[in-house]
This record gives sequence, structure tokens and C-alpha cells, in this order.
Amino acid sequence: MAKALVNKILPFSSVDGPGNRIAIFLQGCNYRCLYCHNPETISRCTHCGLCISACPSSSLDNINGKVTWNSSSCISCDACLAACRNKSSPKAVLMTVGDVMKTVDKVRPFISGITVSGGECTLQKEFLAELFYEVHKSKLTAFIDTNGSIDFSKEDMLVNSMDMVMLDIKSFDEEEHRMLTGMSNDLVLKNVEYLAGLGKLYEIRTVIVPGLLDNHRNVCEISAMISKLNPEIKYKLIKFRPLGVFGDMKKVPMPSNELMEDLKKSAEEKGCRNVIVV
Amino acid sequence: MMSDILSIIKDRTQTYEQKLVSLARAAENTLEVLNVSKEVQEYKREGIICDLNEGNAPYRPRYIVPDYRRFMEQGSEFLRLKPANDIWEAANNLLILYRHVPSVTTMPVYVGNLDTLLEPYINDEEEAYKAIKLFLMHLDRTITDSFCHANIGPEPTTAGRLILRAERELQDAVPNLTIKYSAETPDDFALEAVRTALVSAKPSFANHEMFVGDLGINYSIASCYNGLPIGGGSFTLVRLVLARLAKKADNPEHFLNEVLPDAVSKMSEFMDQRISFILEESGFFESSFLVNEGLLNKDAFTAMFGMVGLAECVNHLLGAKEQKDRFGHSKAADALGLRIIERMHQLVSKHTNKYCKASDGHFLLHAQVGIDTDLGISPGCRIPIGDEPQIHEHLVQSAPFHKFFPSGIGDVFSFDETVKNNPEYLLDIIKGGFSAGLRYISFYASDSDLIRITGYLVKKSDIERLQKGKQALHDTVALGLGAVQNSRIMERKVRHNG
Repeated sequence: MAKALVNKILPFSSVDGPGNRIAIFLQGCNYRCLYCHNPETISRCTHCGLCISACPSSSLDNINGKVTWNSSSCISCDACLAACRNKSSPKAVLMTVGDVMKTVDKVRPFISGITVSGGECTLQKEFLAELFYEVHKSKLTAFIDTNGSIDFSKEDMLVNSMDMVMLDIKSFDEEEHRMLTGMSNDLVLKNVEYLAGLGKLYEIRTVIVPGLLDNHRNVCEISAMISKLNPEIKYKLIKFRPLGVFGDMKKVPMPSNELMEDLKKSAEEKGCRNVIVV
Repeated sequence: MMSDILSIIKDRTQTYEQKLVSLARAAENTLEVLNVSKEVQEYKREGIICDLNEGNAPYRPRYIVPDYRRFMEQGSEFLRLKPANDIWEAANNLLILYRHVPSVTTMPVYVGNLDTLLEPYINDEEEAYKAIKLFLMHLDRTITDSFCHANIGPEPTTAGRLILRAERELQDAVPNLTIKYSAETPDDFALEAVRTALVSAKPSFANHEMFVGDLGINYSIASCYNGLPIGGGSFTLVRLVLARLAKKADNPEHFLNEVLPDAVSKMSEFMDQRISFILEESGFFESSFLVNEGLLNKDAFTAMFGMVGLAECVNHLLGAKEQKDRFGHSKAADALGLRIIERMHQLVSKHTNKYCKASDGHFLLHAQVGIDTDLGISPGCRIPIGDEPQIHEHLVQSAPFHKFFPSGIGDVFSFDETVKNNPEYLLDIIKGGFSAGLRYISFYASDSDLIRITGYLVKKSDIERLQKGKQALHDTVALGLGAVQNSRIMERKVRHNG
């Protein structure tokens, strides 16, 4: 049975796809976004042990050279995350598909489906395909939330096993995308076309950051692309929030409501019918 | 006594109408016509048994649920009304009748399954919308008490949709509104109700299958969330304050085996006396035109045995200090809570009252939502504000209690306003909750001016006005102000994502 490193599981989520969904966050990401608001999901733990002394409830221990987390005494203060110099978390747990399904079963009557997010969940794609097979047996839908950095057209097993994708276009401009994430947006845009063609693209998201990104250009280009592919695809414009972010990004202001409404209007003018500001 | 009456007369925060009701209540309370035993008097003095302002000489049943469908069919001889021919006459007939439906508040606590009552009169939709909107506004401005409750559903109707649309625009406290939700209710109608609730804090959702199973198809949701038979209602509602009763017990077993049985028996005796007075002395059923014209039938009445403060009762009996040991968080505390309710259900079911024919001669349990002066006593079986767990745990914790309370129980949730983008999220929660055994659920968005206090609706802006010493149109604003001050209503946990 496939296993995955799971950062956390949120039993009820209202923002990870249609209806109420259990959201599963996998550990590990190949992007290094400047505005990442959950940097503790980026790397795998190196077991350096720095977090052990930072823990006020003695819920972390070094057992045979591995940092081990005791969830029952943990008070969820996140002092360990603050102490980590490796953008990781000692609370990530290796779980089998069966383990995850046990958690899903507890909330099954209350949800429409599951959404796997991250980190970047497609880095553990074998696990996803196996998990979604089980999820479909329970008459739930399986969504993924991805940065679009793997080539979906070469991942038949994953694509056939999933229902829909929510995908970030962080910037339409190649250079800006590299500056923001450290990676090219080539595959991202290719995936958008491929997934929309399959009818498996549920939502596209763009985070709006004043001063850092050419927000207006991004929204206009991306919404033109969406409306050409399928104007019903949701386009979610997300306000940058200086929560959980690193360093200088803490000083970047949130975009104003006026700017967000302005961008929403631009997207609608380009033909998108389903624009949401959050 | 005399100075109390004079102070009512001179009160500048009460409207004329509110003074009139207060003066009537003061007059009624000069009487001592019930033969209340010393033991009951002592329980009352200690605040353990409480008749919720019902008055010392009950001259009408507390909750009256007329058969409005019959009224629409036959009109009223006493009121000289013929059956309506169009939407305007239908609305007019109902508004006239409401003026003559008594209750503990002096105003109707139930105004009908409005969608099915009005549906036959809808021809032109926009004309009907105008009529319905004016009708609802009329209710809010003249029935100045938000215990007034309307129902819609479970089937979708044009009238139901128009009512929801009007409520989204009006955002008024009156009427309170419930949608009877069943597995047959289509998602698009239910989602329209969810969207409405996120801007106007109503409707609440009632588990239709569960209520039909307990009360039959002819049930209503009246007042806060009381399940009651149509064409009847409830003679009385008295409540047992478990939070205070617990202090008489040495330990959980003492409470279950001695303290609780004595209190249940004394409270039942007190309820019997109240019911006998209404039926044998007051003359209500011999004189009301509602009875003469078949809109009410004394055989369709029950009586409600209320309880409040289970959480505090359990926490006291277990000496639970830390949150992990308290009701809503500890398995042992939740299990004791359930044992207490099971025991109470068993004790109440043993008692018979020959007049409660709608419920086979028994009282129905009711999880009472509290009163404005309750300090640190949680409604019914609710987890105290400040102790609320994550929403999924909250729903699973509270569901097992609901089956014991056919005459009303329910939780209120406040959701972050962003859920307006995803109403399906709430519908999933409702469906899951009902399949887990929840009877009734209410919610509102955290940015709403209109909010649900415990069971009734009040505008936050009206509370602020009253706080500044200005009059408020609805008498329930004063109750809301008390609850805000004593029960931390504004601190109710806002459910963000997750």
C-alpha cells in the first residue's frame, strides 16, 4: 500500500473545492514562492533536533536519531515550526492510503469529497492515484490542488483517477514566475490547456500582491485564457495576507478591496463568468 | 407590588404596547390560584424549577398553533372573513387572524407553513412577490416579538422561493423562519435557503423525517424551535435548571437516583396543576372562536418538559475544571450527559397527564434555550460558548441528544462570511448532521447585523440602541441584550475554514 508524508488533515474545509471537503496537506514542495504562507510544508524533516528544545509541552523527542512527535500531549502552539530552519515540520506523519481513509470515514456523511493539497501533492502522485481509487468507492469526489509543475499529459494514471484540479497560475509572465517561485510557468500553462480540454479544470487561482507582481497584466492575460478555454471555469483572485510569510514579505500590505474589485471587473470584461474574490 | 406597577408605567425604554403586556402580567401575578406545594415553591425559590414568565393564573395555552390551512379553506364566521380569491385577500385574511391568536407573549408564536398557504394564490409572480414582501414587513412591524415563527418546505414552491427572496432583502427579525428539510427537498431550493440564512440568519433547518417520525406529518416549528402538533400546541413549558439542581447532589449516582427523580416528579406535579387550571378553570376552550371554528382542538395539545444547563450540571458532578475534562471535550463527561438525559426521558415518560392527548398522555422533552437573566447556564444540552470544539466534533457530540427532544433542541453556529462563496459547504454539513441524528440546526454569517441569540433573532444594531436607553420596537431586543450581557452571545465561536 502506498504511503505519503502528510503535513496535516483538515476534517472540514469550505475553500478547497465544491461543498464541504476533507483537505489533506502533503509535505514537500518544489516551488519556493516568496509569499508562501505555509512554509513549514516545503521541505522534509532532516531530524536536526532544533525543535525539540523549543517545544514547551515536551511533545518532541529524539528516538534513534529521528525527531518523533507525540500528538496527544501537543498543545498546537507551533513553537516547533518557528524554531525550524529547514522550512519543515516535525509533525508530518507517514500515512498509508488505509490510514487516510480511516480519517475520511469519520467525516464521510458530512462531505462531498476530498481535496489533496500541500506542499505540492503531485510529488507523491502514486499515493494519490491509489487513494482516489478508494475514495471513489465511498462515492466521494477526489480533487487536487496543485502548482501545475508536473506534466499531466504524461500522467494518465493520476489524471484518470482524479475528478478535478484546482491549479495556481501565480504569474502569466515567465520571468515574473521565475522570480516569484524559482520555476518556469511553461508546464503550468500547458497543463491549463490540457486539463481544460479534458473538462477536469475546476478552478484557477492567482494571489494578488501589490508592489511585487504585475497584478493587472496577470489577471487580464489569465482571464483571457480562461474565457477562451471555458468561461465557466472558476477564477479565484486571492488577496495576499501577510500571515505565516517569511522576512520582508511581512511588510507587504494587503491589496485594497477597491483593487480586488477592479481586477474582478477586468476578469469579467475578458469573459470569465465565475470570478470570486477571497 | 404597587411600586413595580408604577415603575412599568414610568419606564421610558418600553413601548406602549410592551407596557400593556407587562401590566397584564403584573395583574395576573397578584393571584395565587394554583395549589402549589411547599416543595415546588422551594424549588422555584431556588431557581431550579422555573415557569418562564407564564404567569400565576394561565388563561390560555402557552403555545397556540392554529390550523391555518383550515382557516384558508373556510374563512371565519367570528371574524366575518370569506375564503380568499387572490394573493392580496389571502395575505389580508391571515394578517387579520394573527391579531387574534393568543400565546404567552400575547402574539402568535406560529403563523403557518406560509409557502403552502400562499401557493394556491400565486398567478403573476412579481405581483405575488410584492404582496409577500409587504405581508412579511407587516408581520415584522406589528408582531413585535421574534418568537413568532413561520415554516416553509419540505417541497419547493414558487411561494417558498419568493419568501426567501423577500427575506434576503428585508433582513427583519420577524418572523423567525424554518425550512422543513427532507431527503426529497431538492438541492437548488435548499441552497437558496442557505444563501438566505447567510444574509438574514434564517431560515433554520428542521430534520423533516425525524419530526414526522415523532409528531406525525401535521407538525409545526413554533416559537424558538419547538416541534408541536398543528391545530393544537403546548399547554405549558416549565423548565428544570440542571445547572442548579446538580448542586444538591453528592455525586453522579446520587444525582441520577435521588435528586433528579424528585425534581422531575415535583415539576410534573406543577405542570399538571397549570394544565388543569387552563382546561378546568380558565374557560379558554369553551370560549375561544379558534376552538369553535375548528382551528384549535384541545386533543391536539401536549405540554413541554424543559431542561437547561446540562453542560454545567455534568461539569459540576464530575468536578471538571480543565477543558479536556469538561462536557463537549471529555468522553466521560459526554457519557454522563447522555445518561442524565436518558434517565430524565425515562422519568418523564413514566408520568401521565390525561389532557396531553397529542403525545399519548405524556409530556415532551424540550431543550430550553435559556432566559436573559441566566448567568453561566448553557441552553439545553449545548456546549457552553467558549468551550466549542471544532465543528465536526461539535456536530458528532451533540447529535445523540437530539432524539430525546421532539419538542425542540438545536445548535446555533456562526460562520465566517467567506462561506457565502460556497453554500454547498453548509448544505453538506446539514445533510451530514441530519444523517447523524441532528434534529435542528441554525446558522448565520459573522458579518450579519441580524443574529440568532439562542433561538430567536435580534438585530445587533437594535441591541445597541436599547443599551443607550432608547426604545426598541421588538420586545425580544431586551431579552437579547440580557443574553449578550450574561451569556457571551457575541463571543460565540466563528467557524472559519475547518
